[in-house]
This record gives sequence, C-alpha cells and structure tokens, in this order.
Amino acid sequence: MVESKKAHEHRAVYIVDACRTPFLKARTEPGPFSASDLAVATCKTLLLRQPFLPTDIDEVVTGCMMPSPKEANISRIIALRLGCGKQVPAFTVQRNCASGLQSVDNAYQDILMGRHNLVLAGGTEAMSHAPILLNEEMTGWLGRWFAARTFSQKLALLPQIRPKHFKLVIALLQGLSDPLVGLSMGQTAENVAYQFGITREEMDAFAVQSHHRLAAALDDGLMSEIAPIFDATGRVYESDDGLRRDSSIEKLAKLPPFFDKKFGMVTAGNSSQITDGAAYMILASAEAVKRFKLPVIAKIVDIEWAALAPEQMGLGPVHAVTPILKRQKLGLKDIDYWEINEAFAAQVLGCAKAWSDDEYCQSQLGLPKALGELPIDKLNINGGAIALGHPIGASGTRVLLHVIDALKRNNAKRGIASLCIGGGQGGAMLVERVTEVE
Amino acid sequence: MEEQLYKNWQLSTDENNILWLGLDRADTSVNTLNREVLEELDQILDSLIQGKLTPTALIIKSGKANGFIAGADIAQFSQLNDVNEAFALVRKGQMIYDKLDALSITTVAMIDGFCMGGGTEMALACDYRVAEESQKTRIALPEILLGIHPGWGGSVRLVRLIGPAKAMDIMLSGRGLSARAAAKSGVIDVAVPKRQLARAACFYAQNKPSRKPLSKISSLTNLSFVRPLLGHFLRRLVETREAPRNPLHQLKIAFDWRMEKKVTPEQYPAPFALIDLWVEDGAKGEKAYINEAQSVGKLFFTDTSKNLVRLFHLQERLKNMAKAVEFNPQHVHVIGAGTMGGDIAAWCALRGLTVTLQDREPKLLSNAIKRANRLFHDRLKIDREAQAAMDRLIPDVDGVGIAKADVIIEAIYENLEAKQALFADLEKRAKPTALLATNTSSIPLDEITDSPRLVGIHFFNPVAKMHLVEVVRGEKTDSNVFNQAMAFVRRIDRLPLPVKSSPGFLVNRILMPYLNEAMRMIDEGISMTAIDKAAVQFGMPMGPIELADTVGLDVCFSVAKNLSSHFGGTIPVRLQQMVEAGKLGRKTNVGFYVYKNGKAVKPALPKTPVDFSQLSDRMIGKMLEESDKCLKEDVVADVDLLDAGMIFGTGFAPFRGGPMQYQRYLKSATPVVVSVTVEAAETKHESKHKVSDSAMESSQE
Repeated sequence: MVESKKAHEHRAVYIVDACRTPFLKARTEPGPFSASDLAVATCKTLLLRQPFLPTDIDEVVTGCMMPSPKEANISRIIALRLGCGKQVPAFTVQRNCASGLQSVDNAYQDILMGRHNLVLAGGTEAMSHAPILLNEEMTGWLGRWFAARTFSQKLALLPQIRPKHFKLVIALLQGLSDPLVGLSMGQTAENVAYQFGITREEMDAFAVQSHHRLAAALDDGLMSEIAPIFDATGRVYESDDGLRRDSSIEKLAKLPPFFDKKFGMVTAGNSSQITDGAAYMILASAEAVKRFKLPVIAKIVDIEWAALAPEQMGLGPVHAVTPILKRQKLGLKDIDYWEINEAFAAQVLGCAKAWSDDEYCQSQLGLPKALGELPIDKLNINGGAIALGHPIGASGTRVLLHVIDALKRNNAKRGIASLCIGGGQGGAMLVERVTEVE
Repeated sequence: MEEQLYKNWQLSTDENNILWLGLDRADTSVNTLNREVLEELDQILDSLIQGKLTPTALIIKSGKANGFIAGADIAQFSQLNDVNEAFALVRKGQMIYDKLDALSITTVAMIDGFCMGGGTEMALACDYRVAEESQKTRIALPEILLGIHPGWGGSVRLVRLIGPAKAMDIMLSGRGLSARAAAKSGVIDVAVPKRQLARAACFYAQNKPSRKPLSKISSLTNLSFVRPLLGHFLRRLVETREAPRNPLHQLKIAFDWRMEKKVTPEQYPAPFALIDLWVEDGAKGEKAYINEAQSVGKLFFTDTSKNLVRLFHLQERLKNMAKAVEFNPQHVHVIGAGTMGGDIAAWCALRGLTVTLQDREPKLLSNAIKRANRLFHDRLKIDREAQAAMDRLIPDVDGVGIAKADVIIEAIYENLEAKQALFADLEKRAKPTALLATNTSSIPLDEITDSPRLVGIHFFNPVAKMHLVEVVRGEKTDSNVFNQAMAFVRRIDRLPLPVKSSPGFLVNRILMPYLNEAMRMIDEGISMTAIDKAAVQFGMPMGPIELADTVGLDVCFSVAKNLSSHFGGTIPVRLQQMVEAGKLGRKTNVGFYVYKNGKAVKPALPKTPVDFSQLSDRMIGKMLEESDKCLKEDVVADVDLLDAGMIFGTGFAPFRGGPMQYQRYLKSATPVVVSVTVEAAETKHESKHKVSDSAMESSQE
C-alpha cells in the first residue's frame, strides 16, 4: 500500500485545455438551456479543437447541484451526448459551491492513481431551471388520491385538502440556505462582515470593481475562455450577460439589504448572481500528453479541502489555502494570481481580513501571527461572480480555468483558485504554469 | 407429424402446437414474392385444409435477418404478354391469399422491418398482425408509385379493416407507415419492441382477442349512396396533388373548385382506378376482388406504369452506382452558413454524421442553427432524437473542423478568387484523405484549382426536399475522389448523378432554356397564368414562371449570365430589370407574381381560348434541344442518367419518363420498352419504402 502510494506521487497531472459558456443571468423564466445543454455546448467546442476523438476520453466527471429530474447522473448524459461512446464511464459530484472544483479533484485523483490518462472534468448549472415543488403534505395527499380505487374513496379525500397543502417549495431558496443553522448564505456573509467590521461601503466598492474589471477584460479581448452558444431559435450568446457596465457605488448604495432585511448590509448588488453556465477542462497524464501530442497549460500542484463552522462558511478559502501554503512553504506574496470565488463581497473581504488578523490566525489557523496581506491587485483580476454570476456547479471549474488563463497571459508561475462552500467548507487548488511535461 | 420440406418456407411447430411459417426465399437476400414462393404457400395451405398438418394456429414470419417481405417481384410482371395473362396471374395470387384468409385456425403475421405491397397484402389476409416497433419497420402499399394499385386483395381488405378514408389515404399516397402509425390507424393490431414480438404473436394466436368494430362514421362512409360523393372528393385531392392528413382541411380542398387540376386520369390512371373500384364495389363481395385484379391487369400495360417502373430502376441504378466504394465518412465540415451551406450541414447531421459548420462570425450561423433545429424536429418528431442531431451539429467559427473532417464542402458565395484562395488553404490544412468538395453551381472546377482532389457536390434548394445531387467531375478530378463523393452522397441518403464539369452541369443547363422560353412568351404578351398552366398540364410540378420566382430571380439571373457567357444566347431583359428592382420572387413576396401568405396571386386567364399544348410544346421543346446537346457533350453518360437527373432534380413529369423518353415517345409513338434485369429486380425491394418517400415528395413539390 505504502509503496504504491509513493509510486503514484510522481505521476503528474496536467491541464491541457479548458473553456466555458457565457454565464447567463437567470431572469424571470427558465433560461434557454438545461444544465446538460450548457455542458454539451461548451464541451463540443472544447473537444473539437483537441487532436483526439471524444471516444479517446477515459472518464467524464461533472459537478452539478441541481440537475433537472430528467438529468439523473447528468455527467453520463453529457458524456453520451458528446459522442464519447457507451464505454466511457461518467459520474456526478456535489460539494455545493465547489462542485466544479471537486470534479477536477476527482479527475486529478484518478489520473494520479493511474486509473485513467485522459479525463474531461468540469461543472454545469442551470439555476434558472430550479424547480418549484409541492410540499410533503400535498405529496402525501396525492399519494392517497392515486391509491383510491373508487369514486367514493376519492370523494372522501376531497375535504381533507387544506390551504397549507398549496404552499410551494422553492428549491433554489432551499438550496441556498443552511438547514442546520437556519441561516441563508447571505446571512453567513453578514456574520463574516460583523466579525471583521466590514462596512457596506467596502462591500459595494468591491462589487463595483468586479463589474469594472470584467467589463475591461471583455473589451480588451481577454475572455477567449468563453465559447459562444446557440439556442434552439438560433440566437447566439457570446458574452456574460449579468455584467453591469454602469455599476457605481452610488447606485449600489440605494439597494436594500436582501438577507437581513432592514438592518443588514449584504444586498443583491454585492452578492453573486443566480446564473446558468458551464465550464470544463481536460486533464491528462504525461503519457496522454505525449501520446496525443497535447499542448499543456498548467500542472496541478496541490489541493486542500477544509471545514469550519457553517455560520462562517465564507471564510472557507482561508482554511483551505493556508495548509497548502504551509506545505509548499509559500507565503501569500509568492502566489502570482488569485481567484477566490465572489459568493459575497463581504466574504472575500473577510478572507483578506482574517489573514491579516493576528488573533484569527493564531486561534483558528494555528499560526504564530497574521499570515499577511492578500494582494487585491492580484485577486480576481478580471472580475468575479458578482459581475458574471455563480452557477454553483460550474464556478469551481471557472475560477480554476481563469487563474490558469491569467498565468498564461502574464507569463507567471503560481496561481490559486479557491471557493467558500455552503455548509462551512473551503476548497483550494494550487496550479503552476507549465508548457510541457517534465 | 409429417412435415414436407419446402425451398422457400421453413415450417416448425412449437410446444403449443402453433405452426411457425418462416419465409426465407432461397435465392435472394431479401424476401420478394414470385410464382414459386406463392405456389409453395399454396401447397402448405392445402396441407392445412386437408388435415395433413393440424396446428392450433399459424404464425407467418420472415426467415431473413433483414425485413419481412419487400413485395411482389415486379420482374415477373414485365414478362406478361397481354391483359388476360396479367389478370390470370394476379387472380391466382388472390386465390392463394383467399385460402389463407379462409383458414379455420387463427392466423397471425409477425412483421419486422419492411413490409411492402404483396407482403402487406399477405399480412392483411391473416387474422392478426403484430409488428416490431423500430426505425426499420415500414408497412406500405406503394403500388401506386409504380402506376398500379394493390392487386392481391389489399385494396379490398384494407378498406374492410380500417374503413375507406384511412385505407384510401394509405393506398393513394403509397407512403410507408411506422409500426406505431400502423397500430394507431388499425392496419396492425399491436406494435411492440423486438423482445416482446414473438410473445405478442403467440398471444394473438392463442387468445383471439376481439377487435373494436369500425366507427360509425367509417361504416357510414362506405354506404353505397355516400361512396360516389366521397369518391368525388378523393378525385379532387388526387387532381390537385394535395394530401393533407387533416379531414377538415381535406374537405376544404375538395370543395375549393378554384384549385388547379394538376393530375389527370390520362397521366396517372392508377389512383383514379383505385377510387373507382371502391366507389363501385365498396370492398364488398367476391366481385370486389375480381374487379381489383382486372383493373391491375390493365394498369400493367399503361405507358405510365412502364415509365414509373423504369424510373424505379433508374433510381436503383443511381443508388447502386457507388455501392462498391469503401468510404465511411464520420465528420463533415461545411464552409459557408448561408441557406445552402446551412441546409447541407443540417441534412448531414440529420443523417447521423458529425458536422462542423463554419462562417466568419457566430451571428452568421444563427439562421442555419435555427433552420436545422426546425428540420430535426419536423423529421425526427421525437425530442431526444432532434436533440441528438443538434448535438452532432457543431458551430465552428474558427474552422477547427477542417483538420478533422473526412469531407469538406465549400458553400461560400460564387466568387472565383475567394474559392481559389479557400481551396489552396484547405489543401494544406485538411487531412490528406479528406474529400474536398465545392457546391458551386456555375464555376468550372478546373478554374478553382489544379488539384486532383477537388470534386463538385452540387445540391439543389431546398436541400431537405431535393433528392438529386449532381456529383461533378472536373478535368483533373481523381477518379477515386470522384467515387468517394458518389459514396458520400449515398451515405447521406441522396441520389448521386455523375456529371461532367461543364457550365450549369445538367439540371440547370437544361432548365434554363425552358425558363428563358417562358420569359420570352411573356414578352410576346402571353398570359403568365396560361404559361404556367400549360406546363402543369404537361405534368411539371410547377409552371416555369412560378418556379423562377421560387428559385429566386437573382439566382436565375446569375445562372443565366453564367450559361450565356459560355453558350451564347441572351438573358431576358425583363429578368435583369426585376433583379435590379429588388423583385426577387417568392422570398421578397414579389417577382413575376405577387405573393400573399406564401401563395402566388395569379391573374385570370385571358377570355380568348388558349392552346395549352402548343405553349408547352414550345417550352418543353427547348428543354429537349438542350438535352440533346448535353448528351452530345457527354455532360452525362447516357439517356437514362439524363432522364433520372431531370425527374429527380426538377420533377419533370415522371409519368412521361423524362425528356429523352418523352422524345423517344414523340418520335416513334411506340410503346415504352422496359428492360428489367434480374439483378435490378433483386435489389429493388431493399429500399422500396424509400422510393415511396421520394416519389411522394417529388410529387408534392
């Protein structure tokens, strides 16, 4: 056992290519694409430009939190729709907001262990398609109704119906609240803001910056990671449509708090958007890279999953990144580019404050003193989920592919992609820019 | 129990004492019905009647891996000498089926795959029919497409089984029913997946479930005083070439006396004969069978039937031309997402290929994607299949597909320099084995490149409806490349016509003088409505003026320019003026005619009498002249290919057999010669259901 583990430690895992759909903000009705439509559209583009065939892929892993009832094990559906062939296994993973990083981790592990050489991994989410459900009482009543054989039995059931039976369950809202501590995700962000004294102005300023950075990146042609997608009517979507170019601190200041009504600070404007989107990447062993003569864009160096109190879930990245830095003997300054998913402005700002806080670093991270300053100019340089949205299954892959893109564009070395995770977790991955296998 | 051995039938009795009768015709790959097969069936039926065999029930099935029964072997009918002989042969078949029908034990037909003509009639003579629910199953009575109608009791039994309205629709259209559609209309009792098929057959054989009686309306429509009235309506539907499924819509057409007559009993006697039979006999009594046999006997000897049978063989010839070529493309790359390029891409994806579609920017692909989506839903009906087709179609702005495709089709605008540059680039980037094709309709291949790799694959608009594709051989085109192009066209289920790279190729070249002549007639002051009517009366699917409007006057103009630059002649001034004025025909709602709701508003015919045949002679005459020239210049190899090209490419009156056949008829006025080779007769049935589709579509266009 020990011996084989050692052997596998030397097996490097490379990322060879990646792309994503434009992220499409959920409007009043379900959007034009299902979760598998989004994944298939982006992977068609991704696979077309590979020198190998879809059937050469060993495995497909997908992160997705709310596939439709028609998309059980959505990863397998995507694999088959892509023409990977019936022999290619596929599975779906969930780790809330980091499901799209979890899928990459699974791909990484399978290659590391020598199970596979070429894996398609990513995440997809069609949040606009989240269903509205009947409650348990109604479901029970309907069960009895279908079981009733005779007309009189059915008639007897009718008076049992009460107004409470018609109370609907909105799946999206349920998914975005923590059932154990009774807080919505926004309320956990309020907790973080309270803990570190983050102001409304700081949050709004961060949100404006996110929009402006994304706008600049789109204008400068830096978003080649986006592959256009077409809906059934032929309409083409080429760009993230949640972006507000005219975003300003004055405008954001007018928005009412959304989660802690009346006295809170977290608004719809300084939170991530509800969005549909997909992002995928191809991971390969050195063997596969050589066999198919693949270009290499990055190497996975380290990964960490951490957990903390659900009430403070927004600080998850701090707990996931710190052990990686310790292991790799790196400081915050040694990382060239950062992507920390902007679930909430308060929570990203909270992470930065936690690292520069002696007390927090000592009591929560077991460090002798504060780790240091998170360089904001290296963080989310082209905007984040506040501007382009947070399709929960896809965001993990998106932050990773974007940090790799930033390294590539700036010819830099190390990048970290990290996310906070509802339920009180954090995930982080350290990648290094490489262009060929070692 | 003693079981005699038969050459074409396998007999076996199961533990429930059900006799399974499997047809496995000895000398062919698919089951067709000839004299020997039927005579053996007759002997088997006799042993059942005489008690030599004593099963509790009989199940007829196919002993072949592929399909149930493809119908009667038409080769045997072409050897008949006169109407009486034909009647005798048909009547004999009828009597054998009567015996089957009259058996005291329960009989079941177990159908998998195609079930055509005489095969369907055999199934109808059984008590029950069960069929496999699969893509391959097609049940049809397609005789009408060969200028005849069912002759072994089919026209009688089908009316009795499902009522006259549905039965007439099936027989008059000749269309193939899926198992599900056949079950819904009552032609079969149940459609089940393969895993249940044998059990379903046994269930019917053993339980003899009763069938729901025909609806009151169906019985009503078969009353002797109602039939003449309905017969009248049916004739109107045939005459106007309208085939709506919706009964209300049918009634509307039947009552709309302004609608033009497009088909006459002289041109297509079979549908009218079929309607007459029903009106007279109402599918009742022995008389109905005898009259059916007599009618078919007569129809065999009509020129129409002979021409349609010849056409069928021509179609088979086109289909088989590249049969031996080993070429199995998986990925097609189409450059240019205009109407043609987009529709070609969609068609290839519909036919199961992976397709990348390239144009300069994503927005230019929008229309193509939209049309593709509509096509997939129209044709495939089932959402998940349409989705799969959509998944095969990949927008590719960067042209990544070029390096991966097995076939690359260029469908950009008609500009020589652009095409030259494109092909120079393609030759560098494409796989060495990839087929490089152009969809040009006017530029000679040899001007585009010196490379032997280039071949022309010229589709017609609308791609999804036009079955013919001209495969163009340039001076330098490598013959292997050419053969692969032929095979590719078959792979996407179109009919490849080999032509030489000469301006206009075959179809446009011959069509243009006909259109020119029509425009000249307008200049002479002849009514457009009369010109179109004359052509339709001749048997064309649409008059030349309306055709020009439909194709688009800009397209006509550019083809005319191209042809006149090579062969001389003048371009009608009127055409140029209309194009310059932006009157481009149907697509701009104004061309020669004005279009309202997609329909041409045709001015009234002049009060003075018009000699329509004189008009059509003039126009068709130009076509015949050009046909002769094409043959002399070897644009196509022989008269048969020319006829096939003009019928499948333009809908040239199929009952006349094409321009060359018509010319032969004019010159000699002798009966049509049909040569049926044994080979052709064997292969013809394999795809007979496809014939019905194509013939139907071309008749609707």
